[in-house]
Amino acid sequence: MKILLTGTALTMALAGLAQAEGSLNIYNWGNYTNPELIEKFEEEYDVDVTITDFDSNTTALSKIEAGGHGFDIVVPTHSYVQIYVGKDLLMKPGIPEMENYGNISEVWKNVDWDPGREYTVPWQWGTTGVAVNKTAYDGDINTSAIWLDTPEELKGKVNVVPEMQDIMNLSVMYMGGEPCTNDKELLRQVRDKLVEAKSDWMSMDYGMTEKMSNGDVMASVNWNGSTFRARLNNPDVAYGYPKEGYIVWMDNVAVLKDAQNVENAKLFVNFIMDPENAALISSFARYANGIDGSEEYMPDEMKSAPEIVVPEELKAAGKFTSSCPKEVQDLYTAIWTDLQK
Amino acid sequence: MAMPKHARDGWLLSIPALILLAFGAAGPLLIVFIYAFLEPGDFSGVVWNFTTEAWFRVFFERDIFDGTVSMADAHLTIFWRSVKLSLLTTLITFLIGFPMAWFIATQPPNRRPAWLFLITIPFWTNLLIRTFAILEVLRNQGLLNSFLLWLGVIDQPLQILYTDNAVLIGMAYVYLPLMVLPLFAAIDRFDFRLIEASYDLYASRWQVLRRIILPITRPGIVAGSILVFVPSLGAYVTPRILGGGKNMMVGNFIELQFGQGRNWPLGAALSMLLLVIVLVALLAYVRVTSGSERRDA
Repeated sequence: MKILLTGTALTMALAGLAQAEGSLNIYNWGNYTNPELIEKFEEEYDVDVTITDFDSNTTALSKIEAGGHGFDIVVPTHSYVQIYVGKDLLMKPGIPEMENYGNISEVWKNVDWDPGREYTVPWQWGTTGVAVNKTAYDGDINTSAIWLDTPEELKGKVNVVPEMQDIMNLSVMYMGGEPCTNDKELLRQVRDKLVEAKSDWMSMDYGMTEKMSNGDVMASVNWNGSTFRARLNNPDVAYGYPKEGYIVWMDNVAVLKDAQNVENAKLFVNFIMDPENAALISSFARYANGIDGSEEYMPDEMKSAPEIVVPEELKAAGKFTSSCPKEVQDLYTAIWTDLQK
Repeated sequence: MAMPKHARDGWLLSIPALILLAFGAAGPLLIVFIYAFLEPGDFSGVVWNFTTEAWFRVFFERDIFDGTVSMADAHLTIFWRSVKLSLLTTLITFLIGFPMAWFIATQPPNRRPAWLFLITIPFWTNLLIRTFAILEVLRNQGLLNSFLLWLGVIDQPLQILYTDNAVLIGMAYVYLPLMVLPLFAAIDRFDFRLIEASYDLYASRWQVLRRIILPITRPGIVAGSILVFVPSLGAYVTPRILGGGKNMMVGNFIELQFGQGRNWPLGAALSMLLLVIVLVALLAYVRVTSGSERRDA
């Protein structure tokens, strides 16, 4: 016991000696930040970085709104950026004047959710489609029918991630509507479809990178990067872009208005717009990043990956969804409750 | 009115606990209670307008499509599932825990601490980690299925994970110590001469169990049942990880309202309802145990 205590004291003393100039607190999605990127930033600027995970946009928003969180940087999805701005939670860190601003790809510079990139810079972007294990099913996988009209071979082996907004919008598009529709007749059909489809599902769970890799789950609604990581572990896993409509999203880095370490946060924002660093982000989580010139620093398998390169004929089916209005949200929640009762 | 000194000291000594209760229990409960009567904010939080809408929505639902009002069938289903699974968990832990507690209580006194110590070991590990360990056991390619396949009892993996059975196994495992410890305390005080006496009076083994052992150890049985039933009812992690999320329990349903559902008042009202159910169970406990003492006297 005594040795243990001495050891602890020693570690604490060393940690004290090695203390950096400043600190930076980042609030990001779990299993999403490359440790190498953080180490590099820490060394370059002598800053101590702490990363805290969240699992959904709503969790992140409510924690930040409550205040007293101590975070400097948050990474919301595009559909939430305007909510943050509307609640006056973000600062304008002078992004267009930053050294690396010019590296943002032209398509990602003037985006609806942040015209002129005053508040946010790209972290990663991706799609929500389907992951299928080809040994279990070898038909067409570019369709949400994988989980909404589950083929015989996949019955009882399908997972649906419990991401209400995405699942509802994917189902609405499958039934021929637009995301965030308030067409009640269509929503009734959507509910009936989901309730009927559910009997063929095995679970509604997260963690598909691992469960698709080890074959616990044979097909799932999933994100492209997660599917990519699963394929690297298990070559039978493939990613499909539902032709009825799939979801395109971008997660963005923003500096919080009540940040304690504003200068370090600005350094970080500029840092991740450097192509070499953006490539580090992507080579970990396996999503594209929206920074020009980062491809040349990426591992080769990223450049031609079917999970990253959207097939030309399916590009039009991708939809950027926004956060739905309150009345639609209530309908979505009611259907979701009916589904999970 | 003058209090005797020792009573006054006792009162003073309890002040830290009272402060902790006021700030740690009463305060948050009050907030939950108030929130249940407010309007939901657009994305999270509440708007400070009084309404009983949340309570209305706990018990009734307006049809999503034609606006007609009916009983909230989905909510009833979820609450009933929770109560059912919690009762079953209590029964399973009792059936496993009673013989276990009996065994420990009948060991020589110097060996009992070691056995009790073994019972408490699982508490050293985080609940989340223990639940993931169970997941590894129940998976299709997990320990249990591999073992059964190896034995040749089954020829393809059983789908146990992501079913109510998986939730039951998980909760029974997690809450078993909470049943064993009060049972042990009750059996430990049990006077074993009573068993000899009843055999002398020609009681059968079944009669001894039913007429002697169970009534005398009843306070322990009830305490253990409450300790298992109450946390089972609010279980969140176990159904979330082992149940596969297809069918919610109350805990998950409340979380949905505070998270993706963006309806805090409804979540608060559901929490209060859960609290009421727990209180009813506790009152029943007080009645049952105090009743037994009157008869003993």
